[in-house]
Amino acid sequence: MSLSNPLPFKQRVEQGLNDPFLRQSLKNAQARFREGKQRAAQILGNLEEWRTRAEAIRHHTIEHLDYYLDQFATNVENNGGTVFFAETEQEAVDYLIRLAKAKQAKTVIKSKSMVSEETHVNKRLEEIGVEAIESDLGEYIIQLAKEMPSHIIAPAIHKNRRQIAQLFAEVAGKELPEDTSALTRFARHQLRDKFLNADIGISGCNFAVAETGSIVLVSNEGNARLTTTLPKTHVVMMGMERIVPTWEDLDAVLSLLPRSATGQKITSYVTALTGPRRENDQDGPEEMHVIIVDNGRSNALGTEYQSILHCIRCGACLNVCPVYRHIGGHAYGGVYTGPVGAVLTPILEGFDEWEELPYASSLCGACTETCPVKIPLHDMLIDLRRDEVDEKRSPGVERFIFRLFGTAMNNPALYRLGLKMAKHLLKPFADDEGFLNKGPGPLKAWTEERDFPAPAKESFREWWQRAGRYGGDPDGR
Amino acid sequence: MRVSLFITCLSDCFFPRVGQAVVHLLRRHGCEVDFPLEQVCCGQPAYNSGYHEEARTAAKQLIRAFKNAQYVVSPSGSCAAMIRHYYPTLFAADDEWRDKAQQFADKVYEFSQFMVNILKVSSVDACYEGRATYHHSCHMMRGLGVSGEPLRLLQSIKGLEVVDLPYHQDCCGFGGTFAVKMKEISEQMVDEKVEHILATQANILVGSDMACLMNIQGRLRRLGYPVQVFHVAELLYEGVQRYESLQSSAI
Repeated sequence: MSLSNPLPFKQRVEQGLNDPFLRQSLKNAQARFREGKQRAAQILGNLEEWRTRAEAIRHHTIEHLDYYLDQFATNVENNGGTVFFAETEQEAVDYLIRLAKAKQAKTVIKSKSMVSEETHVNKRLEEIGVEAIESDLGEYIIQLAKEMPSHIIAPAIHKNRRQIAQLFAEVAGKELPEDTSALTRFARHQLRDKFLNADIGISGCNFAVAETGSIVLVSNEGNARLTTTLPKTHVVMMGMERIVPTWEDLDAVLSLLPRSATGQKITSYVTALTGPRRENDQDGPEEMHVIIVDNGRSNALGTEYQSILHCIRCGACLNVCPVYRHIGGHAYGGVYTGPVGAVLTPILEGFDEWEELPYASSLCGACTETCPVKIPLHDMLIDLRRDEVDEKRSPGVERFIFRLFGTAMNNPALYRLGLKMAKHLLKPFADDEGFLNKGPGPLKAWTEERDFPAPAKESFREWWQRAGRYGGDPDGR
Repeated sequence: MRVSLFITCLSDCFFPRVGQAVVHLLRRHGCEVDFPLEQVCCGQPAYNSGYHEEARTAAKQLIRAFKNAQYVVSPSGSCAAMIRHYYPTLFAADDEWRDKAQQFADKVYEFSQFMVNILKVSSVDACYEGRATYHHSCHMMRGLGVSGEPLRLLQSIKGLEVVDLPYHQDCCGFGGTFAVKMKEISEQMVDEKVEHILATQANILVGSDMACLMNIQGRLRRLGYPVQVFHVAELLYEGVQRYESLQSSAI
């Protein structure tokens, strides 16, 4: 994965902030999803118990990932499938390309897979002359727009009906009505042919059940079923952490996924696939290939960031994040957006392109509070900042200020002196009401949009020493 | 009961009347109050920015300053959460300081949490006319798990109508250095908060963290909205004084 939006972070943020439609639609979507989740949680009644159980399952699985991956792979092969472990993006795509060439594939139909976004599958297939078509409506829309997903479960959340009608009109070669059902009808017609003619179907994998070697897909459109059954070859691209040990464990995480994502009890389709077509089966693919992708995930194993691999990709953290609401998914620059993206992307890829992401949070903790598998997302953001400081990536001025801070903290007299100096330094900038509307130095950024209070004439500790300790009255307001 | 005050750096320097209100309210409810002069900042700015060595320095000084304290009370949910939640992890690998950090963390309370849960005060004799709404600061609500206590205290003020703040669970956009580092995003967040406050038609905004209140007040002032901003303790004490002067004038 590299930057999907090559602009610097600040400009990506600016793009998001200056897109009123995006912001309105994210606001609406968040309100709807949050409400949905709350309602679903109320109906469930004991959400905390479910979270605890799901977290325990995820923790256990990731702790014993090698064991369960082995069990899963063995079972896939016993069912007649093929398993390939890809350590890098390159290995994953090379395998796919070899396969496409061997099958003399012309077209590939895809059902939403974040890992295929992560590994730039569409672009790589295109380079060897294979057409790859996204079959999820949202993914199809952003594919036409040559964009990346901006939400984990609603990838085209940032597009409005008019924009979609324009994108579809280019395909149709004529004007199309800006009407939801007409537009979906058009997409359906377009995609129907693609399903029937595709040589390979590529799907993601929401969960892989180790005990039977099964793939479980969750969708609302039914496109996953067509993708995985119509073409002769089915390729599954999955992150190596998508494993659950048993069907009973699946019940816990699957109960939480749609409830946390959209507030649905269950999605329209939950598909479980165990191997390719068997001898007497009427339909299904002849071959099933499972590409299990690492691509940086093992960076988290055995570290304090390991629990980021617990993530079930529900997008609940995006739905409560105020930063995401204002800047939108594309500002995060990578495939994974919102709080989980801010944590996951630098872990997968290092800080070089992603230095700012850990700072794109006010640390309000809403993400941690909502996460159905209890990943301490905002604490991880702090730890990532610490790693950046340790690697000396933070600005020199900031390092200097915090070094001073440290010295003052070790010496209370110096601390008191610092507070006193601040009072005298800021005094000339204050207005009659005791506020600064144009601050010096680091206060400049603050006072561009906000007033800043001037230090009080008498600090608390001065008052305490003069009067407070003897029971003296406080000053009036 | 002996209570040691941890008056946060912001309150000490910018809002001393918040600390003064805490002193007087605690004394009214039978506490013997002291203020260890060797106290410094809790270290949260450094901690949240990733400077954990500097945060440890601050934490050690604070632990030393309060080593004889029985209870430590602070007018900030955020600083109390910093100490309770992060001090033990800051010293997780330090045999000498780990237990000290935990012992200190265990005796730190946010003001309203201490009033309601330890002193068992949920009602004060106070009056204040107005329509107020309450901002739950993120670190107090989520980090410390305290949200009902300040509201109970506020609701006991006669004449004060307390109305719900829509989307009260949303951050005001302060976030320490976030407000400056990511100022464009922070500004949008505080604007949204201001919008929600205005929607309540409250003329008073109350909170338990001066950092958030400084952010919201700064924006309210810049936009010219006449909403008065109070720390819970401050409004309570103001109300107590009004109540007392009414009582004495009635005699």
